[in-house]
Amino acid sequence: MTGEGLTLAQQLPALQIVLPLTGAALCALIDRRNVGWAIATLVSFAMPVISVMLLIQVLTTGPVSYAFGGWEPPYGIEYRVDVINGFLLVLISLMGAVVMPYARRSVASEIAENKQAWFYCVYLLCLAGLLGMAITGDAFNAFVFMEVSSLSMYVLIALGNDRRALVAAYQYLILGTIGATFYVIGVGLLFAMTGTLNFVDMAERIVAVEQTRPVLAALAFITVGMCLKLALFPLHVWLPNAYTGAPSVATVFIASTATKVAVYLLLRYYYSIFGAAFVFDDLPVTPILLILSLAGMFVASAVAIFQSNIKRMLAYSSVAQIGYITLGMAEATRLGLTGSIVHLFNHAMMKGALFMVMGCIAYRIGNCRLNNMAGIGRRMPVTMAAFVIAGLSLIGVPGTVGFISKWYLALAAFENGWWWLAFLIMGSSFLAVIYIGRVIEMAWFREPTGPAAEATEPPLSMLIPTWILAGACIVFGLDAEMTAGVAAQAADALFAGLR
Amino acid sequence: MSGSTLILLALAIPAIAALLIPLFHRLPNVREAVTLLAAGLLAVVVYAIVPMVMAGDVPMTGALEVVPGLEIGFSVEPLGMIFACVASTLWIVNSIYSIGYMRGNSEPRQTSFYVCFAVAIAATMGIAFSANLFSLFLFYEVLTLSTYPLVTHKGNDAARRGGRIYLTLLLGTSMLLLLPAIIWTEALAGTLNFTSGGIIPYTVPPAIIGILLLLYVYGIGKAAVMPIHFWLPAAMVAPTPVSALLHAVAVVKAGVFTVTKVVVYVFGLDLLVNAGTAGWMMWVAGFTVIVASLVALRQDNLKKRLAYSTISQLSYVVLAVSILAPLSLVGAALHIAAHAVSKITLFFAAGSIYTAAHMTEVSQMNGIGRRMPWTMGAFAIGALSMIGVPPTAGFLSKWFMLSGAYTAEAWLAVGVIVVSTALNAAYFLPIVYSAFLRKEDEDHAEKHGNHGEAPLAVVIALTLTAAGTILLFLFPGPLLTLAESMMGLGIGGEQ
Repeated sequence: MTGEGLTLAQQLPALQIVLPLTGAALCALIDRRNVGWAIATLVSFAMPVISVMLLIQVLTTGPVSYAFGGWEPPYGIEYRVDVINGFLLVLISLMGAVVMPYARRSVASEIAENKQAWFYCVYLLCLAGLLGMAITGDAFNAFVFMEVSSLSMYVLIALGNDRRALVAAYQYLILGTIGATFYVIGVGLLFAMTGTLNFVDMAERIVAVEQTRPVLAALAFITVGMCLKLALFPLHVWLPNAYTGAPSVATVFIASTATKVAVYLLLRYYYSIFGAAFVFDDLPVTPILLILSLAGMFVASAVAIFQSNIKRMLAYSSVAQIGYITLGMAEATRLGLTGSIVHLFNHAMMKGALFMVMGCIAYRIGNCRLNNMAGIGRRMPVTMAAFVIAGLSLIGVPGTVGFISKWYLALAAFENGWWWLAFLIMGSSFLAVIYIGRVIEMAWFREPTGPAAEATEPPLSMLIPTWILAGACIVFGLDAEMTAGVAAQAADALFAGLR
Repeated sequence: MSGSTLILLALAIPAIAALLIPLFHRLPNVREAVTLLAAGLLAVVVYAIVPMVMAGDVPMTGALEVVPGLEIGFSVEPLGMIFACVASTLWIVNSIYSIGYMRGNSEPRQTSFYVCFAVAIAATMGIAFSANLFSLFLFYEVLTLSTYPLVTHKGNDAARRGGRIYLTLLLGTSMLLLLPAIIWTEALAGTLNFTSGGIIPYTVPPAIIGILLLLYVYGIGKAAVMPIHFWLPAAMVAPTPVSALLHAVAVVKAGVFTVTKVVVYVFGLDLLVNAGTAGWMMWVAGFTVIVASLVALRQDNLKKRLAYSTISQLSYVVLAVSILAPLSLVGAALHIAAHAVSKITLFFAAGSIYTAAHMTEVSQMNGIGRRMPWTMGAFAIGALSMIGVPPTAGFLSKWFMLSGAYTAEAWLAVGVIVVSTALNAAYFLPIVYSAFLRKEDEDHAEKHGNHGEAPLAVVIALTLTAAGTILLFLFPGPLLTLAESMMGLGIGGEQ
């Protein structure tokens, strides 16, 4: 595409980034919390419109390429949308749009008044960073956006009203920086060997130097760096503290988007650039990923069972769920990859809903400790019903999105002849029965006592977004044509490669 | 109305009832009227499907595709028809009973009780009419989840503990064993649709078939084959109407129904006979029948004794299925209905005694037959049916099971049925004996009040089911026709 004769439709990829960046600047300049919220909401509502239009365009006419500033790829920075990152853009922007109406009351109750405008500013920066990581077709540009999103995330986490949030943010700062540094070292090595930073170009040129030591080193660096970012066990240590300490809204948003983008980037390198055959057949990536995924699924789930703070429990559950996603990656088949990609979406829905419920509870009783939730289901039945639905989805009960993911992952396991893996997948989801079950038992089958006795339903502006996500868990669990269908196309596109 | 409309109505009626009931939270009479109305309508709808199935049609609905390979669809074959008829008929009686029981005992949170009950019935209809394994699994899990709040209804520590065991075992077995089995079936067969003659290809090695069957039999925890039967006694902490309809009829029958369905429509009898790796099923079922009866002998708590009796009777069905002879499968289908009416009668009687006299132990029941003649009369009829004495429904199903076992020369099964009949008599007849012929304890009136029969609604309900137990023996025609057409046997039984 050239720079001349541009219509708005052709500018969509750029708008996806430019709008939130502009919004962030406005929020910072005006510095009024209500205006900040209005701007953030406006931008967040515009984002899914853009990303859905992009995805439709991709599904009908193939990948969309956008030369930033009119500099032709591979020399300039290219924004390139295909099925997989189109799907991801939709996911991130939808989550942003659902979170914003919820944010107003929740942020007002959890963050000091003079910092609220800054919260919206940083949130928009984070949104821009995540969308940028997803949309860019340039290895170094991805690093830049990674830093934008990470730095803003450190701030979001540190805004939590608990002093421990500061430690959590610091911990994430250190580990996140190590991850990003590893990534950029990997990119540097690739640049040295191929002389390009453009993904498509790199995919073509890497074939000639595939078996060289620097390329292998680059693969290792990028793998470790991204696994830190996506919190693959045992590189997950930053995640539970960060999710627990962050303000409720930030947790909802980060939990359902940040790790997903890192997964996407890793998928992009494995399948599109290095090539599935090289990564999974020539190198022992499958056993490594498989073992770490399984370890995460079991250890993190087991740890989740013993948490007394439910936000932290859900954070450990996230580590386990990321194990499912990387597991599908390690299966390295079309079915497995479909399961992996569809779980990106499904997990965002259910974890978003669950953390939103926790935000509602924190809004009413001030914290998310299990002991304070006795009988809260009888006082906040609508809210806790959403928890039950999203919780069942996490367990993977049929009729919910969680089942769809498990179905693909286990079917792929049987297809590969790894029947034992199917049983392990089920075993780990059984642990979810225990940790979700104890919350449900506490909330519904006890007499309301303590702070829970005076709790009431949260305001509608918080309840409706919670139920949108909980409803999505059912709707996309009963009719997964759209999500699983696009995920299957994305898997096809990944296997086809960029060459 | 077309078959497809009727099927959807059968699912929708209890589901809509579940939505309406909470609206009348403050008007208990209207709320109960909704339940009764829904139960009545459901029975009408279900019975309207019967003539179609009798005529050899297979009423079915279109399928909703979740993802390629996973469909939610419904079709009615004879076995599902029997199950749906039993469950919907008994829901009416049980609703009458529930009203008497819940009010008589002033139970808390009755609205959520009736809501969960209606959802459970909707799930049962879904199980009965499922056209494929995925739909069945979906409703199977809904049934587990909707009955969990009923088990924990009392909200005390014992109820929560019971609920935990219930949920862990049922959800655990279905997730860890049944779901992998279903996915494995999909991987082997490429379809999950129930098909006469089975869907597993003959190329699958016998060892795999044996393992797959093992996964199914133990994955279907609701069938309560030992050693995963613990959930059933644990579920007895629930109010008696729940034990009666759900843990003697809907939930447990959903288990043995699924086992039967899987054997007939997923594996196919011929495949299992050829593979020769299904023999263990008869042993575990026989073991469960005998051991559960022995345990029942030692229970003093009436509901616990009934629960172990249920475990034993459920394995009759599994045993009959494991004979892999068409006649014994007819017996299995009959037993699903026969045991349902008789066992619900026994539970109704137990609840009646609890409501009137707050007694739970067998040893307290001396002479109670004179105070509660209707209750104990019905109990006696139910007990006779459990033993298999004519003129009760239990005789009928045992007859077919034994005939099947003889034709297949399954002497183990014959032995088990004979021994367990003696055991059944040993743990039921003493209750009847002491209730009617022993003298009342001297401090009875002091401890339990000078009571008579339980509330009228309770007595009506248990009289109806006791009558049903006898009527099913006297007029088995339609039931038998359905059971035989499942195996492709005409009336008169050409094999």
